[in-house]
Amino acid sequence: MGPSVYIAGVGVISAIGNNVAEHLASFEAQKAGMGDITTLDSIHRGELPVAEVKLTNDQLADRTGLSSQISRTTHLSLVAAKEAVADAAISGLSKWRTGFISANTVGGMDKSEAFFIDFLTDNNKGKLRYVWDHECGSVTETVADHLGITDVVTTISTACSSSANAIFYAARLIKNGVLDIAIAGGADALTKFTLNGFNTLMILDKEFCKPFDEHRAGLNLGEGAGYLVLVSNKVAESLNKPVYCKLAGYANSNDAYHQTASSPEGTGSYLAMTGALKKSGLRPTNIDYINLHGTGTPNNDNAEGTAITRVFEGNYPPMSSTKSYTGHTLGASGAIEAVFSVLSIKHGLIYPNLRFETQMENLPLKPQTRFLKDQNVGNVMSNSFGFGGNCTSLIFSKC
Amino acid sequence: MKAYIRSSACISPQKTFNDDFLNDIVVYTGTRLPAIEPDYKEFIDPKQIRRMSHVIKMGVAAAKKCLQDAGVEVPGAIITGTAFGCMEDTVTFLTRIVEQQEDLLPPTAFIQSTHNTVAAQIALMLQCHNYNLTYVHKGISFESALADGLMLMNEGEAENVLVGATEEMVDTSFKVLTRLGLYKRRPISNLDLFKERSKGTIGGEGAAFFLLEAKPSEDTFAELTDLKTLYKPQHIEASIADFLNANFLEINDIDLVVTGRNGDVRNDELYDSLGAALFKNSPVANYKHLSGDYPVSSSFALWLTVNILKNRTVPAVILEKGTINSPKKILIYNHYQQKYHSIMLVSAVS
Repeated sequence: MGPSVYIAGVGVISAIGNNVAEHLASFEAQKAGMGDITTLDSIHRGELPVAEVKLTNDQLADRTGLSSQISRTTHLSLVAAKEAVADAAISGLSKWRTGFISANTVGGMDKSEAFFIDFLTDNNKGKLRYVWDHECGSVTETVADHLGITDVVTTISTACSSSANAIFYAARLIKNGVLDIAIAGGADALTKFTLNGFNTLMILDKEFCKPFDEHRAGLNLGEGAGYLVLVSNKVAESLNKPVYCKLAGYANSNDAYHQTASSPEGTGSYLAMTGALKKSGLRPTNIDYINLHGTGTPNNDNAEGTAITRVFEGNYPPMSSTKSYTGHTLGASGAIEAVFSVLSIKHGLIYPNLRFETQMENLPLKPQTRFLKDQNVGNVMSNSFGFGGNCTSLIFSKC
Repeated sequence: MKAYIRSSACISPQKTFNDDFLNDIVVYTGTRLPAIEPDYKEFIDPKQIRRMSHVIKMGVAAAKKCLQDAGVEVPGAIITGTAFGCMEDTVTFLTRIVEQQEDLLPPTAFIQSTHNTVAAQIALMLQCHNYNLTYVHKGISFESALADGLMLMNEGEAENVLVGATEEMVDTSFKVLTRLGLYKRRPISNLDLFKERSKGTIGGEGAAFFLLEAKPSEDTFAELTDLKTLYKPQHIEASIADFLNANFLEINDIDLVVTGRNGDVRNDELYDSLGAALFKNSPVANYKHLSGDYPVSSSFALWLTVNILKNRTVPAVILEKGTINSPKKILIYNHYQQKYHSIMLVSAVS
């Protein structure tokens, strides 16, 4: 199994809060983040609910110190990454080999969209500063520069499992002795590109989403960012406060079924979950909570649910989709939900799956509907699945 | 961490996709070198070809040929790198959002615009359920994919790994990158790229895939001995020397240096100064006059290097200085816009 990798800090921003404390309060109050579109200039305003971060670009710029003209994704990324680094409170970050492994799905697409409106009228028009951050890597680079990280800086993009894979890769860099510390996660802001993209697939619910419910009708898009500070044993021992937990297992598998749809039997998700369990040395009965991918689309929840019944064979731990609070934050979702998983272990929390009413007819699974605290949560599985059949499961364990 | 290279396949602006090794150089006049496309029907189901964008076709065909040449049906992992991803589909969908004002959009372009589409399509074609990842970090997207592949084999998670890089240049990206000042202002013959001291380079595109193995086999013809990427290094010359030292080598042990010289006078300052210092006595070769410059062009350099070792010949068209017939140790050094630097050591297998 090799050396352990520990979680020393967390940071998160989404529609239900601008930091960890606000998220915990929203979870307990069972307050979802969806509402009408306010920041995005889209014809879908008033028709499709989304889960927006409750700060304008100017307000974000005040917090980050970056120009309000750059991509919203970069702002979100920096807010959450800075919170994670501050939370870890590692004195003398620069004396360790430190990396920044980030993820997103569409880079600075919000600005590319603004550029394109003028560019299409005349190819010599459009503000060039709006395309500087078109590449996914630009978002990562700006944040790494702000954090002063140079040892390993890279970006992963595997659709909706992107940031789960960033955390997975960061842990391996530490295990392989390449890094001592890695700040890993991902960010995605709402864009017209993704909103319209998911809308053409007819998988956006016009109401607030109902993951794992028989009458689920699709997902709500969200936005945000989440980061973990992962550290080696040596760094963990040097800290003045206890680590949150360790990353005990991880696996990535490909469904190899369809570019966007999941296989009915959930092959990729089954292999990811069983692979992560094997890596962690745990049995399914050791898992105390599953943070579901649970997008709320008929196809995902059916495939994921089927795979869960195959893995857990009747012994189902509490499970919920926190996308019922945050919406689906795409490339950020794996990391945001990894933060929730870490907090679940730290504070003994089981998050409710909001708006669940009717159990799926074909599956014996009933998600958690009440907020529970003071639970004994030792091992949490977090699932993230994306386009291109990309399936990743992470398992966090109490130290 | 090192790996053995069992096969490689490359689609580029040169005739690299057949067994011919740069015997018939294609000359272009302009600032954009388009990839020479093979007959995709040999590698992809014709029904699928129609739906695939340029970059997906290039990537899937190069991956398929690489695996065929290696005699491997399903690799232990599929890892790709691309800075811009699927530009054609991205531009198509963005254009429709604006022109149709978000109304009645077809989904195909969006579905295929995801950065991991090429890796996913390869997995789908092979029914490969193994590890599948895509790196999208500017000028080190390919090196990031390679580094992951090396680590996977080091961990014992895979016996072999298919690693590749793809990049497509569409009209929109060429126009925008030209406006951003990346390319020369006047048309130039690609073979004159290093003769004229002016700003800007020439753009390129392509796909290159490699089958890496943890252990050497009879078909192994090159070893990727080491790989390092650096972000904003303070002293690149010292970093390269350190890299060689870590491999118990000195610069005199290197038979050939392949650099990422791209004809842009500012970009090439670093290569000029290294050529007068660390690489002073080394034979030096360049490749971007053949491939054009693009964020994952180092994948073309690796293809070139392993084929030098395989064919035991150095094509005259790439040599900048020195003479060498059959090099055994080759160093590839490339930097991307002076920020991202990568060093690869490739060795002959005795």
